Amino acid sequence: MLAAGATACSTSSSGSSGSGSSAAAGGKTFTIWDPYPQFDSSSAWTTLLNSCGSQAGVTIKRTSYDTTDLTSKVLLAAQQGVAPDVLILDNPVVSTLAEAGVLTDTTQNHLDTSAVQPNLLGAGEYQGKTYGVPIGANTLALYYNKNILKAAGVDPSTITDWSSLTAALAKVKAAGKTGITLSAIGTEEGSFQFEPWFWGSGANLTKLDSAQAAAALNLWTSWLKDGYAPNSVINDTQTTSWQEFAAGKTAFSENGTWQLSNAAKAGFPYGIIPIPAENGGAAPVPTGGEFVTLPQQSDTSRYTTTEKLVSCLTSADNAYNTDSTLSYIAASGAVQAKQVDATPALQVWVTAVHSGKARTGDDLGTNYPKISQQLWTAVQSALSGSASPSAALSSAQSAAASATSGK
Amino acid sequence: MTTSRQSAYRLAQTPAGTASAVPAAGRDRSRDKTAAARRRRTGPRGTQWAAWGFLAPLTIYLLTFYAYPLYRNLDLSLRNYTVYSFVHGGAPFTGFANYTAVIHDPTFVPALEHTLVFTLVSLAFQFAIGLALAVFFTQHFPLSPILRALFLVPWLLPLIVSASTWAWMLDSGSGVVNYGLHFIGIGPVDWLTSPSWALPSVVIANIWIGVPFNLVLLYSGLQAIPKDLYEAAALDGATAWQRFRRVTWPLLRPVSAITLLLGLVYTLKVFDIIWIMTKGGPVDSSTTFATWSYRLGFGNLLPAFGPGAAVGNLLVIMALIAGFIYIRVQRRQSA
Repeated sequence: MLAAGATACSTSSSGSSGSGSSAAAGGKTFTIWDPYPQFDSSSAWTTLLNSCGSQAGVTIKRTSYDTTDLTSKVLLAAQQGVAPDVLILDNPVVSTLAEAGVLTDTTQNHLDTSAVQPNLLGAGEYQGKTYGVPIGANTLALYYNKNILKAAGVDPSTITDWSSLTAALAKVKAAGKTGITLSAIGTEEGSFQFEPWFWGSGANLTKLDSAQAAAALNLWTSWLKDGYAPNSVINDTQTTSWQEFAAGKTAFSENGTWQLSNAAKAGFPYGIIPIPAENGGAAPVPTGGEFVTLPQQSDTSRYTTTEKLVSCLTSADNAYNTDSTLSYIAASGAVQAKQVDATPALQVWVTAVHSGKARTGDDLGTNYPKISQQLWTAVQSALSGSASPSAALSSAQSAAASATSGK
Repeated sequence: MTTSRQSAYRLAQTPAGTASAVPAAGRDRSRDKTAAARRRRTGPRGTQWAAWGFLAPLTIYLLTFYAYPLYRNLDLSLRNYTVYSFVHGGAPFTGFANYTAVIHDPTFVPALEHTLVFTLVSLAFQFAIGLALAVFFTQHFPLSPILRALFLVPWLLPLIVSASTWAWMLDSGSGVVNYGLHFIGIGPVDWLTSPSWALPSVVIANIWIGVPFNLVLLYSGLQAIPKDLYEAAALDGATAWQRFRRVTWPLLRPVSAITLLLGLVYTLKVFDIIWIMTKGGPVDSSTTFATWSYRLGFGNLLPAFGPGAAVGNLLVIMALIAGFIYIRVQRRQSA
């Protein structure tokens, strides 16, 4: 447990790097930055990058950063004129970097986005232009531990809305287990995890202090108060919350597509249900996943080779491999069908991704990061008991309004 | 004897200023006349260049790694940077607008309070425990060197390891501290997730990490106090407490002062422990200037470089004030 914690922290605090140099010496070097520090130089991901590099006749130098570090690292690099050739970027930040003038749009970089599902491509659009191709998509659902639910006498198919879910959590607690783990940490992860409940109540990110929003935050707060969720969720990342679920003493975990391969290793039978909306049905879930983007270069002759690299990475065959490595759902319908053919269990995730909602949607664009920061602050302040849910949300709304009116 | 030592001292003091060195050496006219004349003829230029040559590495180093970053940080805090102007330049000069915004931010007052509480409480405990241990270890007893070496462990561990370990020990659900409390009949405490306990938790972890630093400096300070003073005091019938109060304490004062100053500067800027354990949260309950500055500049999806730099500069000013106080105290002591 200690070792796992230390490793998790060390991977998130600093970027590790692996570089490949399989291409012929004397060839040009192209740089790729990605937010996947979990993949070392021997991983399938790095192998794919290197093979795309040698196909294009260049050497690939790969550097990976933690997602939260990547934005400022790229801004600094762009300021110094040393932005990478290919940048793989978390989707809510694409519009921000597009606004910063760091990225090329599809009229400059000629990327083909026709195969991409429109609700996924939305996050890469800014002021009518498209700035990248999604490498794949992921989203959130509820994993459950079949053994615990059986012992507690809960039938997962009866969980269709918030009240049936809360009733199930109560039964689990009565059986001596923990109800649910989630991540309410004070970063983008916390907002990402809260959004299915927030949207599932009918609330909108443009109005954080609505009665629906308060209902969603009340749900989480009451879970903590009643002991259905451990208090540590306030500091848990999605990884630490998963580790608690994987320890086998928790019935549910709100977690993402990317945990699928870990779920198979957990050592107990698991199932997946969509996150329920307040009054039944599946809640709208935020789409996660990264975009492949091409930062502006002073030497525009590099674009030709960079385009080759990106088309290699996002071509149907390679997208299938990449998304299997990342445990993501593909961004195009054809590859999704291939994934479901190979693993029928993925169908639930494909459906979820189809109904997924871009965080920067609803015309929020570059305002999303400012609103999201207030949202996770409100969640933290309600869960830690420093403010009531409605008070926390109303101060979040006024802070978000003043932050977004500045533009 | 005295004059020659003085002039040598002056030469050493002013490596660039041969002008002041020449009269000092030339005071002894009868002996140094020819040497001085020769130096006047060919010397000043050559030695001056040599002096600059010797100075250059240090000057270039200071300018590149201290002056320029400080200037950049100041510049960053005085302009209104958007993501676009950060990359492409042309951010408008806004004077102290970032500072005004930071000072009127609802986070400012709690962050200032937490910075002061974190620094002063950590310092008080680190120094007191470090001094107690240092005095304890001056009594030679079996295993004393081994124990002393063991006390250095917190200092040797990478901060990522010690902070993660503390975060794990203080976890509200599966932490070993709550497990221990459970055995003595105390209910679980939400160390890192309750607004009232988050700051004390990071202070406790920081005290643990800082004790060895104080122990080592104070222990070496104690070694420098002559043993015969203690013998004399003992012969005069001084009790252990009186020996500490009348001999150790006054003679250790210069070492204590520098230990406290260094500790103050180190503690003001502590960032990693807090960031790893609580990220400054929940909400702002363990946010200090250091974590706030980082969060503004790097912790959000949308970096706010200007306000982040402004908070960082406030921290620099606080450390400078502490430095000036130290210099004053130092001067009064030596006067």
